[in-house]
Amino acid sequence: MSMIPASKKILKYYFIGLLWLLGLLWPLLGIHADGTLSFGKAFTVWFYIFAVTVVFVIGAVLNKQGLLTWISQPAGNLRAKLTALNATIPQWVWLVFVAVLAFIFPLVTGRYQQDVAINVLVYICLGLGLNIVIGLAGMLDLGYIAFYGVGAYTYAILSVNYQFSFWLSLPLAAGTAALAGCIIGYPTLRMRGDYLAIVTLGFGEIVRIILNNWMQLTNGPNGILGVNAPGIYFFSFADGFSIEHLYLKKLHYLYYVILLLCIFTIFAVRRLNVSRIGRSWEAIREDETAAELMGVNTYMLKLLAYAMGALFAGLAGAFFAARMRFVSPESFTFLESATVLAMVVLGGMGSIPGVILGALALIVLPEIFREFEMYRMLCLGGAMVLIMVFKPGGFIPAKRMGRRSEESEG
Amino acid sequence: MATEPILELRDVHTSYGKIKALKGISLSVYPGEIVSIIGANGAGKSTTLMSICGIIPLTQGEIHYNGKAIHGRPPDLLPPLGLCQVPEGRRIFPRLKVEDNLEMGAFFRKDKAEIQKDMEHVFSLFPVLKDRRHQNGGNLSGGEQQMLAIGRALMGRPKLLLLDEPSLGLAPLIVQQIFDIINEINVENGTTILLVEQNANLALQTAQRGYVLETGRIIMEDDAHTLLNNPEIRKAYLGES
Repeated sequence: MSMIPASKKILKYYFIGLLWLLGLLWPLLGIHADGTLSFGKAFTVWFYIFAVTVVFVIGAVLNKQGLLTWISQPAGNLRAKLTALNATIPQWVWLVFVAVLAFIFPLVTGRYQQDVAINVLVYICLGLGLNIVIGLAGMLDLGYIAFYGVGAYTYAILSVNYQFSFWLSLPLAAGTAALAGCIIGYPTLRMRGDYLAIVTLGFGEIVRIILNNWMQLTNGPNGILGVNAPGIYFFSFADGFSIEHLYLKKLHYLYYVILLLCIFTIFAVRRLNVSRIGRSWEAIREDETAAELMGVNTYMLKLLAYAMGALFAGLAGAFFAARMRFVSPESFTFLESATVLAMVVLGGMGSIPGVILGALALIVLPEIFREFEMYRMLCLGGAMVLIMVFKPGGFIPAKRMGRRSEESEG
Repeated sequence: MATEPILELRDVHTSYGKIKALKGISLSVYPGEIVSIIGANGAGKSTTLMSICGIIPLTQGEIHYNGKAIHGRPPDLLPPLGLCQVPEGRRIFPRLKVEDNLEMGAFFRKDKAEIQKDMEHVFSLFPVLKDRRHQNGGNLSGGEQQMLAIGRALMGRPKLLLLDEPSLGLAPLIVQQIFDIINEINVENGTTILLVEQNANLALQTAQRGYVLETGRIIMEDDAHTLLNNPEIRKAYLGES
């Protein structure tokens, strides 16, 4: 009997929520530009939402009163069985499976799918880089995309003006981005928390505005055209023996290039994660003063985290320039920073598989739901809210990162 | 006390913005002893320890450790010299495992085998931590967290251990346990201990000497036993009328 008041409470909040939604919906749908008012459309949409959600609420109430055990119990058993089955399969089997899948992907798919996959891989590199800054060192960086831009422009300028090859430029782009990270980090990393977020946001915009206005170097808003694709040398036995050069312009070649970069990033970030430096980053995230008392040079390590994050963004940026064969400041807006941030937070801060899943979800899902493009941002926002409510640690929370003590008490 | 003090504060002043926190603290700690600083809330006890560790900069005065001036040095260079602090409110790393918390205490050390040995030593002092080595620090109880904080500081092989309110928010039984171990660390390892406490009774019973701090100044300094029997101290800090 004690369950009844609980379900009453659910119903109360549900109806308050519905009324609030109506109050929000009507001005959006019912007030027209010519000054007329209408009610029909708002009520129809509201009724649809009501009809769908009421089913869920009834389900939740029944579940709370224990009337759905005949469904939930077998389902729970099935889930337990599946996790037990999963535990018997060693991890490397999954890794090999994913690696083979990633390798044969371009052989069985078309241009469009490959294009999306390349996008996903670029964002995985970016997400993993940002993960170092946010997930490990715990610094909120809202201008991360600036380093992506620095990497992209480095390769574009080296390629167009000096005919540098992609592979030679790759470490240079990463180095320039890391240097930019140090330059930006040097004055800003003395800040903590919210202040740091605001300052990084400002620096991100500064970089974009510089790219937009330094006409001599970056050609301003027109961007830089004619960036070379990555090339490879290979041995040819066609007539005699010779070494030939080939530009990897085809999409599936580019897919393999970014796959390689992505695997490199995953390995590097994993190494950092379990290293002594990784642990001290986590200590700084948990309690900066305590870390300092342990003999951690917090300032240098924060700068290192910032530079490391920038380095991976620089790698991804160089690839971006090589793939688009064109760069312009428009690609490096705040929205991109926010997208990468959303991937890291949704996937699970500090967790590598989480970030990969987050990137996959935030790139692939909008592609699948292209028909609803108008509502894309609305759905994204809604999904974010739901995930933060039901899975605050992200899709796959980091293993080493449990719950905070104050969370578990609540 | 013929020997040189291991730690000496000479007329130390600090301030938070315009508010003066310490108004000329002078104290010395000699090798091998336990010294207590007692005082009410806001007297400047924690500030004193944070100034010693270089977290709060001095506005005036000098701090000498082992005969060397350490004021103005970056805080991360002090633990390698054997100066470690267990900060107020424990401040363990909640989302790191117990083991990783302890390893952070040995962050500046590179001798892996010795670190392992020290970790076993900490586990022998606090067997609870061994059972929970794979759990997150934040999931431990208050007393266990205090043990972890002390263990973490011990991982740095301190010559001088600064303890800030180890009894804070703990049950009397646990407090007694923790103070027993503080004594053990002092006797067995020969670690010098500077203890800051609100629980004046316990602090003065554990220590050999004591300082009484009031609004940023030292108003009394004596043998712990003498302080404990001082009627004024008993009235102000032990709640006797």
